[in-house]
Amino acid sequence: MIFSEKHELIRKLARDFAEKELTKEILDRIEETGEYPKELLDKMAKAGFFGIKTPVKYGGQGSDYLSYVIVMEELARVSAVTTIWVSAPNSLGGGPLLLAGTEEQLQKYLVPVARGEKIMAFGLTEPNAGSDAGSTSTTAVRDGDYWILNGRKTFITTAPVADWCIVYAKTDKTQRGSRGISAFIVDMKTPGVSVGKNEQKMGIIGCPTSDVILEDVRVHNDDMLGEEGKGFTNAMKTLDIGRIGVAAMSVGVAQGALEEAIRYSKERKQFGRRIADFQDISFMIADMATKLQAAKELVYRAAQLKELNHPDAGQAASMAKYYASEICNEIAGKAVQIHGGYGFIKEYKVERIYRDCRVFTIFEGTSQVQKMVIANSLLKK
Amino acid sequence: MKIIVCAKQVPDTNEVRIDPVKGTLIRDGVPSILNPDDANALEAALQLKDQYPGTTVSVVSMGPGQASYMLRECLAMGADEAVLLSSRAFGGADTCATSTTLAAGIRKLGKYDIIFAGRQAIDGDTAQVGPQTAQRLGIPSVTYVQKIREIKEGSVVVERALEDGYEVIEVKTPCLLTAVKELNEPRYMTVSQIEEAYKKEIIVWNENDVNLAPEDCGLKASPTQVFRSFTPEPKGKGEMLTGTVNEMVSALVAKLTEKHVL
Repeated sequence: MIFSEKHELIRKLARDFAEKELTKEILDRIEETGEYPKELLDKMAKAGFFGIKTPVKYGGQGSDYLSYVIVMEELARVSAVTTIWVSAPNSLGGGPLLLAGTEEQLQKYLVPVARGEKIMAFGLTEPNAGSDAGSTSTTAVRDGDYWILNGRKTFITTAPVADWCIVYAKTDKTQRGSRGISAFIVDMKTPGVSVGKNEQKMGIIGCPTSDVILEDVRVHNDDMLGEEGKGFTNAMKTLDIGRIGVAAMSVGVAQGALEEAIRYSKERKQFGRRIADFQDISFMIADMATKLQAAKELVYRAAQLKELNHPDAGQAASMAKYYASEICNEIAGKAVQIHGGYGFIKEYKVERIYRDCRVFTIFEGTSQVQKMVIANSLLKK
Repeated sequence: MKIIVCAKQVPDTNEVRIDPVKGTLIRDGVPSILNPDDANALEAALQLKDQYPGTTVSVVSMGPGQASYMLRECLAMGADEAVLLSSRAFGGADTCATSTTLAAGIRKLGKYDIIFAGRQAIDGDTAQVGPQTAQRLGIPSVTYVQKIREIKEGSVVVERALEDGYEVIEVKTPCLLTAVKELNEPRYMTVSQIEEAYKKEIIVWNENDVNLAPEDCGLKASPTQVFRSFTPEPKGKGEMLTGTVNEMVSALVAKLTEKHVL
């Protein structure tokens, strides 16, 4: 894709930021401590990374999905975990608000989220409702002006540090499957809300993930998000944006892996020549670059269709997420292979890349779910 | 306050290659950027704008049409307006003709309090355009500004970097200050300001707009003619001597004798 000058400038901003701020020392420290520095989050908020598409009147930047993709891509090229912090307010946290929030809710919740002052988590997944998100067993029962929520949400990104969480709960038990689900904005300080242990993950270290437990939590009717019973539709539309985000992360991380592989293969000498001069290595690099470019085109197209609210936007988002996350894992694997034994050592960047990207084919809809979405869009017309 | 910043778009490298036949810079494939010292100049202006409400910052540049990209970047960092002095007549200018053109553009912009410029551009490395522009405008200039100590009524107090220290200078406004990189850390653009930058017009002026005769601009008004440009041969690799002091001294003397230095 040929970008406009404006989008080139967005890329320059994100690249300059990534290269100057996300230094090896800082990334190593995040990996060691599991803590993401507050100063970095503040700097990202200032650059406008937390509300890229969010309208200016709701504390955002008033840009578009393509800008969002470009920022995610450039940050991911250097640090995958950084993009989790960026995607939260732009997509899973801010997205449902933008889709269904009332003016009061937007002012109260979206403005501070887009400015990076507050953190909004997204609580859809449950221990027994993963890919089958429609089988939510968390319940909300009406009690006057309030709803009483009970249930357990799992693998909730940023939950231990979140100020609020959007919780999907069954409000009408007579409805089967994904019907009768409503969304609520839950203040994490409400009595009855607690979080589980901070999960020890394979990668994406530096952004906490935990369960959210709801025990007789009273939520005011004003904090119901969107229409009663329409929560699942809202969640699915949000996931379209989320999928474009993960696809953008994937191409960014893959770009980083490819660059490392190219650099290393030109430096490393075996049998008296650069390993880049061996055909098997050079062809691996040719494959990696070609697949990466194909993935990028899918991601940019998905962002543009989403911008236009095109009927194929959902399908395009799933195609982009499916393909980009799969080839990212393939590229990261080959980058490790090219590094040989050194790729297995933590001191080398590709070791972290390999662990970080493993979750890309899993979260926000597994590759299998994406194929279901794509197939349904083709076969159920 | 009204502040003007002079900026230049330059090739993004300190090691500009030179076409051995034509003797000119090879710009193909080299991305163009805002000259680094000019980014410090702009940052100094923007910090004053943050400090003194009502301050406006105008950026002025002389260059080809594509320099508008660099000016958008300046707008996205927070400048209020950008002027591009662009015309065929301005082509081939040396520092003398460039400063004539910049001064004419600045005059047209009207009253100002401070002009900031970068110390020098990474492509030409002359460090002449800033002070020359001040000369043409008849205002004082301070080069190598590393710190702005105080803004007073009718003057500013700045630190001017020297090789082994600095001078503190109070200079009457309006004046021109050239920035070194120690002055500040240029800010990032923001996403929303990039959006805004593309909603604004870049003002483009040619020689008629700034009341210059064609013979006063560009190549025709440039007393400096580049005779030849070339890339110097890289120096050979150094050789490290090892051993005891006596051994190394003997080896060194032998080498120097061999090369007829001794």
